Amino acid sequence: MTGPSGPPARRKLAINRLRERRPLDAAVVDRFLARHEVPIIEGPRCTFLFRGEADEVFLIHRTFGLPDHLPLRRLYGTDLWYAVLELPEGSRIEYQLEVVRGEKRERINDPLNPRLAHSPVGSSSVCYAYGHVIPDWTQPDPEARAGSLLDLVVPSRALRRDCQVTLYLPARFRRTARYPLLIVHDGGDYLRYAAARTVLDNLIHRLDVAETVVAFTYPGDRLAEYANSAAHARYLTAELLPRLEAEFPLAGRPSGRCLMGASFGAVASLATGYRYPDVYGSLLLQSGSFVFTDIGSDHGGGPPFNPVVRFVNRYRAAPRRVADKVFVSCGIYEPLIIPNRSMVPTFEAAGMTVRYVEARDGHSWENWRDRLREGLSWIFPGPQKFFYE
Amino acid sequence: MRVILLGPQRRPTVDAVVRSLGLDGPVATITAGWQEREADDGELSRRLDGRDTALGLYRRWLDVQDRDPVYAAGERALQGVLAELQDTYLLRLDYALQAVYALARRADTRPAAQALAAAVAAVRELDRTHLRQVDGVRGEFFERLPPHDRPIIAEHRAAVARLISESAAVVVAGGHVNVLADVLHLFNVAAALNAAAREPPAGPAASPAAGRPVIAWSAGAMALTDRIVLFHDRAPQGPGHPEVYGTGLSVLRDVVLLPHARTRLLLDNAPRMAVFARRFDPARCVLLDNGTRIDTDDAGCCPPGTRVLAEDGRVTALEAA
Repeated sequence: MTGPSGPPARRKLAINRLRERRPLDAAVVDRFLARHEVPIIEGPRCTFLFRGEADEVFLIHRTFGLPDHLPLRRLYGTDLWYAVLELPEGSRIEYQLEVVRGEKRERINDPLNPRLAHSPVGSSSVCYAYGHVIPDWTQPDPEARAGSLLDLVVPSRALRRDCQVTLYLPARFRRTARYPLLIVHDGGDYLRYAAARTVLDNLIHRLDVAETVVAFTYPGDRLAEYANSAAHARYLTAELLPRLEAEFPLAGRPSGRCLMGASFGAVASLATGYRYPDVYGSLLLQSGSFVFTDIGSDHGGGPPFNPVVRFVNRYRAAPRRVADKVFVSCGIYEPLIIPNRSMVPTFEAAGMTVRYVEARDGHSWENWRDRLREGLSWIFPGPQKFFYE
Repeated sequence: MRVILLGPQRRPTVDAVVRSLGLDGPVATITAGWQEREADDGELSRRLDGRDTALGLYRRWLDVQDRDPVYAAGERALQGVLAELQDTYLLRLDYALQAVYALARRADTRPAAQALAAAVAAVRELDRTHLRQVDGVRGEFFERLPPHDRPIIAEHRAAVARLISESAAVVVAGGHVNVLADVLHLFNVAAALNAAAREPPAGPAASPAAGRPVIAWSAGAMALTDRIVLFHDRAPQGPGHPEVYGTGLSVLRDVVLLPHARTRLLLDNAPRMAVFARRFDPARCVLLDNGTRIDTDDAGCCPPGTRVLAEDGRVTALEAA
C-alpha cells in the first residue's frame, strides 16, 4: 500500500486555486472538500484544513525540528482554515488540531481525515506524505497461517507481583523443534498498536523471520521497572527465562535469545543485557529513551528520566559488550533521534555488531511496527536461504 | 549415474522430460523438501500420469522421531551443534569476505591483485575447514548412533531401497534443502541409487547403458552434489554471504548448483559474482533458472551450453572441451 504519490506538484496548490475562486461561498468550499482527501498531498507539500467557526486554529504535532504549534490561516470570507507544510518524501506524521474559541482551547483529531493512529495515550490523526508506503506485511494476509497466543502468569519474587505474559507460538509449532525466544517489553501495546501478531504471522509465513517463540510481557509500574531496575532484570533473566526454557522447546543459548523494546522498553532491554551480559545474544531497540548529559544535570526529561540518565551516562563512560548484535531504529522526527544516533558508535566501540535504521517518522507504534521486518529478519533470519522451490 | 537437472518448476517441465526418456514403469518421487506438505503432490502425480510412487521420506523421518526417541534426541542435539558451528563459520566468513571485497575494489595493481588472491585462498580454506568440521560432527554422530543398527530406520531404509529398485526413474523436487539432504542421508538414498544404477532400468525404450535416471530441480538438485552452498543476495536483511552448508549425496561432484539464480543472486554485480566463482573453482557454478534442462553425462559432467559463472563474474555458456 502506498501513500499519495506522483511527481512534485508543478501547478498551483489546490488551496491557492480555491483562494482565487469567485464567488467563494460555502457551496464552493463544500465541493472543494468533497473532491479532496485531507490533508491534501501535492508532492512534498501537504495542506491541512479545518472547517468551522473559531478564533484560532493550530496544527499540533511532535515533529522534531518544526514549531509544535503551527497556526492555520482562515480563507477570507469562509470558515475554512488551512496551513501548508512541506514534508520530505516518505514522511509520516501524527498530529491534532487545537481549536481556540474565546477562552476555550480544544484539541481534536482532524475531523476531515479518517486516518488515525492509536496508542496507550489515545489517538491522533495521521498524515502520510508523498511516497510513504505502508508495508503489506503489516496487514492481515489470509495466506499466512496464524500462530497461537497463550496467556501465562509468572509469579515473580523479584517484582513482588504475578506477572502476565502472552506467549506467541508460531503456526506449525512442534515440541520436537527448537525455537529462538524473543522477549518483548510493553508486549500488550506491541500486540494492540503495532499489530505484532499479524506481523509475526506474515514474516514467518514469508520465511523472512525464523519461527520464533515470543514472550509479550506487561509492565507493572512501567516508569520504575523499565528505568534500569535490577528487580526487572532479575525477573526476566532468573524467573521468566528459566521457566520458559523449561516448559517450551527453546534454543536455550544466547544466540537464540533477544530482548526487545521501544522507548523506555528499549532502556529496560539494554539495562537487562547490561546486568546479564552472557545471557542474551541480541537486542532490538526502537526509539530508545537513551537520554544522557555530557555536562551538568539538566537533561530535560523530568524526574522519570533521572535513573535512565544515570544509567546511560554510566554506560557511555564505560561502554561494554552486552550482546553480540544490536538492532537500533529511530524516527528522525522524534527528539530521541540525537541520543539514538549517539549510542550507535558507543555500541560499536563496545564490540557489538550494530545495525541502525532511521525512518521519516516519529515516536509512534506504527513507526515501531514498520521497522520490525528489518529488525527481526536481521536478529532471527528466516529460512529463506534454505528454500529453493 | 544419469542425472537430469531442471530449473524451478513453477512452470513445470518435468512431465515433458519424463516423457522424453521413454520410460516404462513407476517413477519414485521425493518431495521431503516440502516438509509437512510432502503429501500434497497431486500436481506432480498428474504430471507423471499417475505413475509416481511417493517415497514419503519426511513422513518416515517423523515416524523415526516418534518411535525412536533416543535417535530423535541425538539428532536434535546434533542440529544444535551444527547450528553453532554454522554461526561461528558465518562470523569468520563475514570478516574474510569483507577483506576480499575490499581488496577487489582496489585490485588494479600487482600487489593488490596478489593480496586479493591470498584473501580468496583464505576464504577457500575456511570453506574447506568448515565442510570438514561439519562432516566430522555428522560422522561422529552416525558412529555413536549407527542408523543401520536402529530397527525403525533400518526398516524404512529397506523399504526405500526396494521402491527405488522397482522404479524406472527417481524424481527429487525442491523445497528446504537442509531437511531434504538430511532425510536423503538418513534413509541412505545414495546407496539405493547407486545399487539401482547398476541394474537395468524398467521399460523397453530405455537404454540399459543410460541407467536409472535421476531428475531433480532446485533444492533437489543441490542435494545431489558434494557441496551444498546456500545463497540469497536479496534477503530482507540484505545480501547474505554464500555459505557452505554441508555435503549432499555426492552423486554430482565439483559443481555448485544455483537455482533461481536470476532472482536470488546479484548477477549484475560482476565483482561479487567473480568472487563467488573463484571461491569454488574448479567446481562449476551452474545456473538453474526457469526452463533449464541439463543432462549430465555418466561422469556427472555438464554438457556444452550449460550456463555458468565465469571467473570474471559474468554468466557464460560452457564450451565443448
